[in-house]
Amino acid sequence: MALEVDIEKRLGSFHLRAAFSCGREFMGILGASGCGKSMTLKCIAGIEKPDRGRIVLDSRVLFDSEKRINLPPQQRRVGYLFQDYALFPGMTVRENILCGLHREKDKQKREKRTEDMLELLRLQEVASLQPEALSGGQAQRTALGRILVNEPDLLMLDEPFSALDSYLRLKLQTELKALLAGYDRGILMVTHDRDEAFRMCERLGVMEQGQMQTVKGTKELFADPETRAAAVLTGCKNIAEAQKIGEHEVIVPEWGIRLTTGKPVRDGLKAVGIRAHDFHPDTEENCFPVRILRETEEPFEWISEFGFEHQADGSPPVWRRYSREFRTNEPPKQLGVAPADVLLLYE
Amino acid sequence: MDLFPLWNSLRIAAISSVIVFFTGIFAAYKVAKMPRIVKGILDVILTLPMVLPPTVCGYFLLLIFGARRPVGQFLMQFGIKIVMNWPGGIAAAVVVAFPLMYRTARGAFESFDQNLAWAGQTLGLSNTWIFWKVRMRACRQGILAGTVLAFARALGEYGATSMLIGYTPGRTATVSTTVYQLWRTNDEQGAFFWVMVNLAISAAVLLTVNMLEKKNGRLKWRSK
Repeated sequence: MALEVDIEKRLGSFHLRAAFSCGREFMGILGASGCGKSMTLKCIAGIEKPDRGRIVLDSRVLFDSEKRINLPPQQRRVGYLFQDYALFPGMTVRENILCGLHREKDKQKREKRTEDMLELLRLQEVASLQPEALSGGQAQRTALGRILVNEPDLLMLDEPFSALDSYLRLKLQTELKALLAGYDRGILMVTHDRDEAFRMCERLGVMEQGQMQTVKGTKELFADPETRAAAVLTGCKNIAEAQKIGEHEVIVPEWGIRLTTGKPVRDGLKAVGIRAHDFHPDTEENCFPVRILRETEEPFEWISEFGFEHQADGSPPVWRRYSREFRTNEPPKQLGVAPADVLLLYE
Repeated sequence: MDLFPLWNSLRIAAISSVIVFFTGIFAAYKVAKMPRIVKGILDVILTLPMVLPPTVCGYFLLLIFGARRPVGQFLMQFGIKIVMNWPGGIAAAVVVAFPLMYRTARGAFESFDQNLAWAGQTLGLSNTWIFWKVRMRACRQGILAGTVLAFARALGEYGATSMLIGYTPGRTATVSTTVYQLWRTNDEQGAFFWVMVNLAISAAVLLTVNMLEKKNGRLKWRSK
């Protein structure tokens, strides 16, 4: 394992507890803002000091509270791409990248590597510009180039796309992923955006209120989030408390329904989640009479808000999203969900 | 016309500006990083000379550097005479100009984007390098403005200076003490000349400050 983290830090009433490891892979931490994701990165980088714990990178101990080891950020060799890219003002793109090469004493090698990096990142044309003259994508590539020439043992990305227009985001995500495809060390990215996390990361950890919860493969996490927090963060719109009544059966009092589940139900079930996309009018099982309360048209989809026949009073409407082509003149009288699509949530 | 007061004022202002530049920045840098309560207390102490009447500052300086006081006697052993001697003007100007430098530099440091320093640290750059090449560069407008203001204040110092070094033509006379002295002795023409010198310097200083006072906006990325 490339990186092993097990840290704890208190800040007022906020309590950060993160234990996870990250190999030579693209790993993500998904969490709402203020959940402690960035704080975790800062602890790994040595900008913040945890109260307790251990951080090891490629068998180098970066931090160990028991042995009183706390390497300064300069000695950790951890690359940190900041949300706002943190390009040095008053320096051109080329000078900014040169800053990452201060360990290279040979001037010619330094210049050669800068030019190579400018070429790799398609920054030659803007190499003599100041940061404020750059577009978001160019600024991001400059900051990335400055880190890559520094050859860190771990690359950390802190909400790398949040400073960009939403329309640019998808483009730059694809671009950054392609760029980093050949990168042979660990990459740790934090984000609050599930689409971004899904597109970029091979493995995901979910963080809520400072606690690192489920860590697993991205696809598995979206298919089976296990916890309420993970379900919400992966975009599950409908969550309701539920009780186990059989090996493959739960009741959901709030919705007044009884659901058959794909996975066997373990003890300690807290809630079930159903994604808005998973409701269909023609399922064989778990099909229930519904009242459509409101329909909203989106560019390529429809959203219906509906209630089950025996839904408890005051319980919020259930969301369904479906593609335009499945829209019928008559609103559906019943809706259902395949047993495999019932998410079982335990915490 | 004897131009000694101009020369004396300029050398006092120049030397005290250099001292204030470094001490002001050092204090601002340290205080900006302190916890809130300590910061509040230190801020009051360091800013006090700005709001005290200069004569009160002069009084305190006399308490410290007076010929019969420990510090004054100690310096006398090395032949350094502060009271009634032109270097005393430096002491007076430093005390009075320091808060201006300190406050403007602190303001600039506090609006500094800490991510820049952290980015430098994670790249392995030394803290000294980051301080001079990144922090000072990002804050250069505030620091330059503070320096110019401190220089102007030092140049125009009157109250503490007149208490500490008095007015001896050709030895301790500065522009501002000369204006007062000439007016007192009914030399209206002479006073007018030095008033004009003062006005010219002040106007030049204000012009410089205004030119430096472009807002340090944070970078925002445009899409292109």
